[in-house]
Amino acid sequence: MANWTVIIDIAKKQLLTKFKSTAIAALGVTFGIGAYITLVSFMTGLNNMLDDLILNQTPHIHIYNEIEPSKKQPVDIYDAFKNSFNVVHSIKPKLSQKKIHNASPIIHFLNKNKDVKGAIPQIKTQIFYIAGSIEIAGNLTGIQPIDEARLFNFRDYIIAGSPEKLKNTENGILLGSGIAKKMALSVGDRVQISTIKGDLFPLKIVGLYQSGVSDIDAIQSFVNIKTVQRILGEAENYITDINVKLYDIEKAISLSKKTEQQFNVTAIDIKTANAQFETGTSVRNMITYAVSIALLIVAGFGVYNILSMLIYEKMNDIAILKAIGFSGNDVQYIFMSQALIIGVIGGALGLLIGLIFTNIISTIPFKTEALAKVDTYPIDFNVWYYVIGFSFAIISTFFAGYLPSLKAKKIDPVKIIRGQ
Amino acid sequence: METVLEAKNINKYFKKPVLFHVLKDINFKINKGEFVSIMGKSGCGKSTLLYILSTMDTEYEGELYLNNDLITGDSRQKLTLIRNKHIGFVFQFHYLLSEFTVLENVMLPAKKLGEKSVKEIEKDALEKLRILNIEHLAHKRASQVSGGEKQRVAIARALINNPLIIMGDEPTGNLDSHNADNVFNIFKKLSVEENLSLLIVTHDEDFANRTDRIITMEDGRIIHE
Ligand SMILES: Nc1ncnc2c1ncn2[C@@H]1O[C@H](COP(=O)(O)OP(=O)(O)OP(=O)(O)O)[C@@H](O)[C@H]1O
Ligand SMILES: [Mg+2]
Repeated sequence: MANWTVIIDIAKKQLLTKFKSTAIAALGVTFGIGAYITLVSFMTGLNNMLDDLILNQTPHIHIYNEIEPSKKQPVDIYDAFKNSFNVVHSIKPKLSQKKIHNASPIIHFLNKNKDVKGAIPQIKTQIFYIAGSIEIAGNLTGIQPIDEARLFNFRDYIIAGSPEKLKNTENGILLGSGIAKKMALSVGDRVQISTIKGDLFPLKIVGLYQSGVSDIDAIQSFVNIKTVQRILGEAENYITDINVKLYDIEKAISLSKKTEQQFNVTAIDIKTANAQFETGTSVRNMITYAVSIALLIVAGFGVYNILSMLIYEKMNDIAILKAIGFSGNDVQYIFMSQALIIGVIGGALGLLIGLIFTNIISTIPFKTEALAKVDTYPIDFNVWYYVIGFSFAIISTFFAGYLPSLKAKKIDPVKIIRGQ
Repeated sequence: METVLEAKNINKYFKKPVLFHVLKDINFKINKGEFVSIMGKSGCGKSTLLYILSTMDTEYEGELYLNNDLITGDSRQKLTLIRNKHIGFVFQFHYLLSEFTVLENVMLPAKKLGEKSVKEIEKDALEKLRILNIEHLAHKRASQVSGGEKQRVAIARALINNPLIIMGDEPTGNLDSHNADNVFNIFKKLSVEENLSLLIVTHDEDFANRTDRIITMEDGRIIHE
């Protein structure tokens, strides 16, 4: 039977007489929570930005034709040698095309799946950029520019020109920014490319592409799918890759497996392709939480300290309270309330500090080659961090207050009164 | 005569540092409205007895009855309630909570008991302060009143829940003769007018001689009643 108004009243009055130490203990909590909010918002902001960098332009499922040796060699099929032990030396992959068989039915099939946001074709091929007498090796990818922009944020990586412009220019090319620099070319100029077979094609530069990864930008360019088919002299059904974007990334694995089985192609899901990426994210998260928890433990010691001090100083008051009919639990509640008051005030201030800090950080300019679309430091504003931060404050002060309050609960009033 | 408090065969030992039989076969009764004093040499066990009677100390042998109910062996929770509601304790040192005003100090046990509204409690507290002639101090901080005044505040606090009995461990020990006299008169008045029982430990012979009955202790025993 605890009488909370009296208990809180006593708790408050005692804290107020120790205003300075109370304020310092609360500031410890404020600092811990403020740092947590700032760190987690900033780190997650960075994580998300990096995730976007990879995930947004990476297909959730990538379908292509792997060139590999046949699993069954002709000798295995031949009945006469069925029961013998066959050794085949120097296996070479079968001469086959990179082309995906039945690409358009696959695309059509995938696009009908309700989990699929879009499945679009690409053609990847190697070419040479011709600059005078120099040939620079490179990759040319045939795309459907508008769909790429819709599904894979392609527009974010075009620093001059637009997907529409590429689509509407028959012999247009989106040149990699590295190539453009090397060959001193800019939008509107013409560039010669040569296929591996040696055929030359002039293309008109309608824009520049920059992924942020300079190794890629030094070789990669984009043209319309039809343009590649023409350059390679292939038919309209010549497709080497299919990129699939899903609504829910978690479904990537199962759909990729299904597609592999159903169509006899290779299908790699994003999770498998970027496994190391998730590790990076979780390590960054771990650091954030380790630092925050360390700060909160320090703050907890501050709270522990002030309560121990208070209890020591208020020994007489505790004895008198017990003598006039307050139970051990009542006394414990008084000191727990004090811990929680410090936690609530310190925590709330910490959230405010965190909010202010992250707002300031989010206005600091952050320019980098790698991320054309980012101007300021990325901050992830998320209500949950504030909920977690506040819970942290309450939990840590609760534990910090628990031991001292238990001591207060156990104080024997007779001993104290005798001690006078 | 109605018995308020009865001690039967109370024995207590201190085990540390050496086994020490501090209270030996204590038997006595206190009736309603009776004003009893306990005297005895220093170290004979008066305080120890009072802590047992006030239920703060539960490590003893024997039986204790309050209003003819056995309270020995009751749970801590129940004893806390008994202390809150039925026993008023006044110490030699005044023991007020210094952050609170005089009025708030007096109200504290009643607020803990929680049987009345804060308004009623405040009215009662002011009434007790008036009885003790310190109504004018009600809104002063407890740390800002004199020793004699503090003692009277402590008495008012002991009275707030209208207890069955008031116990005091040398409540006048720290006061000058004038203030001691004052406190005696207050106790006497409470005993006569309110029919309150009082059990007061004192070294002051004048004080003791004016009470209804003196219990004399020596070496942990009652030698005269
Ligand atoms: N916690 C303890 N452990 C051991 N011995 C104790 C303890 N408390 C008190 N004593 C001893 O018990 C005896 C009785 O102590 P008590 O305080 O009851 O005496 P008292 O009659 O109140 O004396 P005074 O008049 O000086 O206040 C003393 O001899 C004291 O030394
Ligand atoms: Mg004593």
